[in-house]
Amino acid sequence: MRETLTNLVLLIALVAFPAWALAVDEPFLITLATRAVILALAAVGLNIALGWGGLVSLGHAAFFGIGGYAMGILASHAQGYTPLTEWPFVIEGTKSMPVIWLVAVAASALAALGIGVLSLRTAGVYFIMITLAFGQMLYYFAISWTAYGGEDGLSIYVRNGFPGLNTLVPVQFYGLCLAVLILVLALNAALIRSPFGLALNAARQSPERVRTVGLDPRRLQLAAFVLSGAITGLAGALFADLNRFVSPSMLSWQMSGEIMVLVILGGAARLFGPVAGAILFVVLEHVLGGISDYWHVFLGALLLLIVLFARGGIVGLIAGRRGGP
Amino acid sequence: MPLALLAEQVLNGLQFGVMLFLMAAGLTLIFGVMGLINLAHGSLYMVGAFAAAAVAGATGSFLLALAAAMTAAALAGALVELLVIRRLYARDHLDQVLATFALILIFSEGTRWLFGSFPLYLDIPAALKGPVTLPGGIEYPRYRLALIGIGLAVALGLGLLITRTRLGIRIRAGENDREMIAALGVDISRLYTVVFALGAGLAGLAGALVGAIQSVQVGMGEPVLILAFVVIVIGGIGSIRGALVGAILVGLTDTLGGVFLPGFFRLFLDPASAASVGASVASMAIYILMAAVLIWRPTGLYGARA
Repeated sequence: MRETLTNLVLLIALVAFPAWALAVDEPFLITLATRAVILALAAVGLNIALGWGGLVSLGHAAFFGIGGYAMGILASHAQGYTPLTEWPFVIEGTKSMPVIWLVAVAASALAALGIGVLSLRTAGVYFIMITLAFGQMLYYFAISWTAYGGEDGLSIYVRNGFPGLNTLVPVQFYGLCLAVLILVLALNAALIRSPFGLALNAARQSPERVRTVGLDPRRLQLAAFVLSGAITGLAGALFADLNRFVSPSMLSWQMSGEIMVLVILGGAARLFGPVAGAILFVVLEHVLGGISDYWHVFLGALLLLIVLFARGGIVGLIAGRRGGP
Repeated sequence: MPLALLAEQVLNGLQFGVMLFLMAAGLTLIFGVMGLINLAHGSLYMVGAFAAAAVAGATGSFLLALAAAMTAAALAGALVELLVIRRLYARDHLDQVLATFALILIFSEGTRWLFGSFPLYLDIPAALKGPVTLPGGIEYPRYRLALIGIGLAVALGLGLLITRTRLGIRIRAGENDREMIAALGVDISRLYTVVFALGAGLAGLAGALVGAIQSVQVGMGEPVLILAFVVIVIGGIGSIRGALVGAILVGLTDTLGGVFLPGFFRLFLDPASAASVGASVASMAIYILMAAVLIWRPTGLYGARA
């Protein structure tokens, strides 16, 4: 009950935020809020694997980066009027967000399928190390891939378009990102109530019992991992569009760590946990980053305190220990 | 491909491999005995390198610098174990990952605070400067050869420590059944601190040794940490022998892949695309090796447990 209330407050705050930012005449804050919304989306993706699936993936930057590069590659070909390939048939670049999103989701889902099939052969601490290693593999691949900028990354001159919107106006782009986030959250809420979600929850808690009733826990986890990677990939495409820039740093292990921190700050396996975590993270980054260049020290200390003494994150603190949905 | 170049690259791979072993051995010991995944192991590597650079800068002695590196890293390790890590043994892996990730943030930014963002340099000692001529007329840097020697000596020493000494018996007993050895009167929490400090000391030594051929800077530890994870996944968690074999495999694959793969692709691609495809595949070679080992043996070459 208190969790539902918390979620509602967060939702209203996100929807009302631009009006407040414009009222106090700080339009810059809208871009900051867009960043929070997109990071929240990436963390919502990870939360499906980590929170409900119990899969501690330390390589989700791979999917975030693949989404980012999907946007970078398609848009850079479109702005240079060069096709991606001419054989067997011509594939042109595009500046249309819906197309880019489809490609980003498909590409990151495919990558998640490959990484998931291999990583899920193992469990526990092996799984953590292997997802981290595959993330690093893509990072080094992007650095050595000079055709698309290598270490320097790719810049896009103009933000990509969405039918009926002017995405160059910060408020409109914010609204678009928020709409995507809300849609994915609704999907997430439906998912955890669905038979698949219940089976996934059971597979985390007791794989043997799930196997006994005739379900394959590995396949459930793989499906969750692919869905999780696809959502994080979509967030990556939006993130690259926000910055009009994509570089290997989106694929780095620090990024994987940060996405995981967002989930844990807010509360794992809580619908709005990642949203609360992302908002707190961006606020901390803005406030502490303004005080000291070394704000990561405070972030580290805060994270340490939360892990040692306040498991359950912010939503856990507010809503109380798992009564849950 | 001239034989001299091949021999040089094999030695480079071996040198890279034994340095990875110093990292992987500590990680695998800590996991084997305490069941803990320690992301902050790369920070201890960095602490060792910075301590060595600071002491070498003040005294000019490389041996003192190495001693300082091991001591500083072991002390930092023991301190971290006492303050944070021992609260994590009973927790799940997720909590361990997050807490040690937090430690990375604190260590990295703390070091940046103390030493600034610019890299430090650690000089190779005069006695180990210059090349040495190996049998067959192959010239090879003396310092890198010394690294191979030190790495193999540490591997041997660690093997003897585990199999021949009382501490080694306790470590092996701790891996098998920690309740039992606690019941037999071994101070298990002190054993844990000692093992953690030992692993940290090895990481610090690796940081100082490698710091002399690369620059000493914040963030130097994590790429090595992730490679050490690849080593452990290949070798099998908890196995020192697996760590040695895995480390040398990874060292050789990475070094030889970078040299030979572009040439291999030149056989059927034009030179420009062969160079870029070769470089891309070479950057992924060790991860492809890891994937192959996983398909063949999910618990690694020497791993018994999942």
